[in-house]
Amino acid sequence: MIEVIYILCLRQLKHYWRSKTRLIGSLGQPLLFLIAFGFGIGPMYSKANGGADYINFLAPGIITMGILFTAVFSGLEVIWDRQFGFLKETMVAPISRTEIMIGKTFGGATIAIIQGLLVLSLTYLIGFRITSLGSLVLGLVFMFLIAVFFTGLGLSIASKMKDMQGFQMILNFLIMPIFFLSGALFPITNLPPAILFISRIDPLTYGVDGLRGAITGISTFGIYSDLAVIGVLSLLICAVGTVLFSKIEA
Amino acid sequence: MQNILLVQSLTKKFDDFTAVNNVSFNVETGSIFAFLGPNGAGKSTTIKMLTTVLKPTSGEISINGFNVLKEQDKARESFGIVFQDHSLDDDLTAYENMIYHAVVYKVPRKEREERIRKAFEIVGLWDRREDLVKNYSGGMKRRLEIARALVHYPRILFLEEPTVGLDPQTRNSIWSHIRNLNTERKMTIFLTTHYMEEAEAIADQIAIIDHGKIIESGTVEEIKKQTETESLEEAFLKLTGRDIRDDNNGVKPRMMRGMGRMR
Repeated sequence: MIEVIYILCLRQLKHYWRSKTRLIGSLGQPLLFLIAFGFGIGPMYSKANGGADYINFLAPGIITMGILFTAVFSGLEVIWDRQFGFLKETMVAPISRTEIMIGKTFGGATIAIIQGLLVLSLTYLIGFRITSLGSLVLGLVFMFLIAVFFTGLGLSIASKMKDMQGFQMILNFLIMPIFFLSGALFPITNLPPAILFISRIDPLTYGVDGLRGAITGISTFGIYSDLAVIGVLSLLICAVGTVLFSKIEA
Repeated sequence: MQNILLVQSLTKKFDDFTAVNNVSFNVETGSIFAFLGPNGAGKSTTIKMLTTVLKPTSGEISINGFNVLKEQDKARESFGIVFQDHSLDDDLTAYENMIYHAVVYKVPRKEREERIRKAFEIVGLWDRREDLVKNYSGGMKRRLEIARALVHYPRILFLEEPTVGLDPQTRNSIWSHIRNLNTERKMTIFLTTHYMEEAEAIADQIAIIDHGKIIESGTVEEIKKQTETESLEEAFLKLTGRDIRDDNNGVKPRMMRGMGRMR
């Protein structure tokens, strides 16, 4: 079981490592956000919040962004596997669908965490700092859970998609709103009630809040409730994904 | 003689279209069995059900004594399959593709290297094992797929049009590999092909399917005698007619194309 999960992970890591353009390309967006928002919105934020540092608020949000996109895309990679035929090889193998789901989730999540750490190092360029090792470890826990949840979400969606036709729709109507309304870029506390409601049912809201709480000490809901929410959701999505995978007729 | 594959009243319906209609047949252990039929006759759908990819609407399948529906993983361990279309990971090396297969098929760790080397040698690709698969030619990919299917020592090997699109040299070498597997390893071979002369040359038993039903079965000689023809190709044309078929019977083109993509 462990070895099957390992080989599924290893395959994804090899794909990731071998496509250097994707690796570097995927850092462009977070870097742009850091610069544009950090320097563009930063001064306004400071003025409105009695001198509070926006970079401190923004950095966890951008790290989350890196993880979110990498994780979802890793999950959606299954659609490519299906189109190029490799999915069949995995689906006719004498392994349980749970093993496939866990293997693919860990593989995608590992890549997403690496991506998150790369973005974290980018934030150091514009002056962000994590103060203690303990915060970093706690931060990694949140990064892991965010990565697991969104890889699982990507996989679950992919198990229902036949080709990449619906990709743009998922990006614009699911992933983008999840990101922009999560409080990654601005505090959600001042949002009008209707939008706030969406933010409150957005899983990423708790991921961002938890990660921010862990590495900077700024948290709206408290990191333990964040931990509980994102932890339970991660388990749930893995269960859903396993059921969906067992129904795939590859 | 024992039967390694037993198929009983197998049926698959897609909405109101019956792709496979109450099909029954057996494949003898150690034989080479050719499953023939025009495009859209139900060949692929049948193979998908035999290999656990698709759930039958009704019917029973047993492979190597295991019920394909109830003892799925045991059945999966018993067969190897070379799919009609590409199923390798192009971004991995040939060797990495083999290791992946060995691990997901739970080949004991200490036997892996040896078995993989043997399989590579059978198809003559050992020297190219470290190449990325995307740098392989079509024929090499096909040979690699065959080699990969051998790593877990299947009792029966399904080959879906193993030689389609390949040059005569490669076709020849693939058929001789297949024949060797059958004679030396006593591996049962279940194949589909559109090349009747190839089926005629290699198969012990033949079944011809059309419109979801088996319309003729037996040895090549029996079929030729039955249809009073000189070759399997003539017999095939006599049995299935000379009209050119739209793929998938043209009955549910959209649906079936979707299924094709899902493979």
